[in-house]
Amino acid sequence: MKLKSSLVCAAGILTLTQVLSAADITGTVTLKGTPPAEKTIDPLKADPTCGKFHTENPTTHFYTVGAGGELADAIVMLKGVTGKSTGAAAQPQVIDQKGCLYSPQIVAVQTGQKILVKNSDPVLHNVHTTPTAAGNSEQNQAQMPASPDLSISFSAPENFLKFKCDVHPWMFAWVTVVDSPYFAVTGKDGKFTIKDVPPGKYTVTALHRKASPAGLDKQIEVTSSGASADFTIELK
Amino acid sequence: MLTALATLGLVGLGGVVTSHEAGMAVPDWPTSYGYNMFALPMRFWKGGIFYEHTHRLWATLVGLLVVLLTRWLGGFESRRPLALIGGAEVLAGIAVFLFRPELKATGHFLTGIGGVVLMAALIWTRKGSSQPGLCKMGWLAFFLVQLQGLLGGLRVVLFKDHIGILHGTLAQIFFVLLCLIAVRTGWWWEQTGLRMPLVDPVNLRRWAFLVTALIFCQLLLGASMRHQHAGLAIRDFPLAYGKIWPATDSESLARYNSQRVETTVSNPITAFEIRLQMAHRAGALLVLIAVAGFLRSARGQGVFKGVLVLSGLVLLQATLGAATVWTNKAADVATGHVLVGALSLVTGAVLCMILPCGSLRSPQSTVVPVESGPAH
Repeated sequence: MKLKSSLVCAAGILTLTQVLSAADITGTVTLKGTPPAEKTIDPLKADPTCGKFHTENPTTHFYTVGAGGELADAIVMLKGVTGKSTGAAAQPQVIDQKGCLYSPQIVAVQTGQKILVKNSDPVLHNVHTTPTAAGNSEQNQAQMPASPDLSISFSAPENFLKFKCDVHPWMFAWVTVVDSPYFAVTGKDGKFTIKDVPPGKYTVTALHRKASPAGLDKQIEVTSSGASADFTIELK
Repeated sequence: MLTALATLGLVGLGGVVTSHEAGMAVPDWPTSYGYNMFALPMRFWKGGIFYEHTHRLWATLVGLLVVLLTRWLGGFESRRPLALIGGAEVLAGIAVFLFRPELKATGHFLTGIGGVVLMAALIWTRKGSSQPGLCKMGWLAFFLVQLQGLLGGLRVVLFKDHIGILHGTLAQIFFVLLCLIAVRTGWWWEQTGLRMPLVDPVNLRRWAFLVTALIFCQLLLGASMRHQHAGLAIRDFPLAYGKIWPATDSESLARYNSQRVETTVSNPITAFEIRLQMAHRAGALLVLIAVAGFLRSARGQGVFKGVLVLSGLVLLQATLGAATVWTNKAADVATGHVLVGALSLVTGAVLCMILPCGSLRSPQSTVVPVESGPAH
């Protein structure tokens, strides 16, 4: 009994030490090379209802790249870290349907984390998820205007799981499901911060749906002062 | 003929649905957004829903026409089997509701179709059954239309693309069957004035079967390509990524995908899809060669006009295939490609049906009833 209490106590101290010494991984993802030009979404423009929501020509956003090559919408995550998800307790991730487009279109969540899909449009959408990983099930739900948010979650990790609307076939969102809280999505400046990573050696991978769908890996060591990892994804 | 024309329209609508990636725009079946499918309010008929729901309603019309056709071909003798089948379907539907409530969509379908079949059995007719062959074709169409409806619905509720491929392929077979029935029941089949001599019907029959089989394989490949939801796997023609045979290694695939900017299709292309399209292109070449051989063999013979029509359709189909690539799979062009494919298959099948009749009577020199054009 005494031994058991001692072990529990030691484990608690170890966990506390790890949490207290946890640090952030920061870095920038840049794109080298010229991406293809984005296209006007002609069917959206031509749609009698959805077209009215856009005063300018709506375009695709596959590559959001800054002047210095800073790449937005890249997912950076720790590779091989599984079973650490705090998804059930995590804040839900919101995906809105606005102007007959998903916003945001690139999202990352933990396994088990709730995704709330809103419909801010005065038109009907159907939210059709098409996972490919075993354990994640395909769903297709109608969502009327002003109806309650749909709550969706996935139990298995998967990269770029597709959300689509079949009523408006240009509408897509891509959700990466990670089995840990250690991931981030780059902003328009290409920067990311993965928070509260316990010290240790890791493989960090940067994924971009078009430029690097399989991921670009980097070995790093996280100390109590954190770590940095910059990625340059090359377009071939 | 009416049923065959309605089915051609249905095949076209199926092409419109897949061309617009709208197959899942109505998430439930056989209800539509919770409504009885015949009572879906007009405010829902927008975007992909318009295409998918029209396809469903049109399919119901075709189903009704086929049940009536079966009754007509079967004459008064078909009353009892239809009543038994309809009753069994209604009972099966009720059983599904009671014991497998999770499959209630299938229960709705069975009771609905069973009710229609029962009503068809109630129609009083003194007409006797048609020739046994025709009667069997009618029954085959009767079962196929129900299977086809069930497959279409299961594609939606089970999320299976493979069912979609089967649904698309079976649609072509079903259309061929109805066209053959239309030809067999048409005035031109009975007319003896169109009998024309054939020098070598056995050889012609071989050509007809070869061309038709090749066209069918092409349609199978086409249906598989449409259900990959990846758009055009190869975006140039006559070359493929600038080569006669494109590279499909992982580095090349990554390059192709990184340069693609698609608006309405989204899946990354794979090596399988590239090979599928290359097989489709090679198949098209084979069909063109085969149909040229068929045309050469048929020169001066009774079926020449029919083979000429088939050649014209195949040529048009090849042009539409190229145009599908050049227009980046424009929905109207891609739908036209589906329709002309169906018409080519039917023309080949009608020629296959015509030719054996003559050759069985006299393999050396015979006459067969020949229609002057395709049966549609």
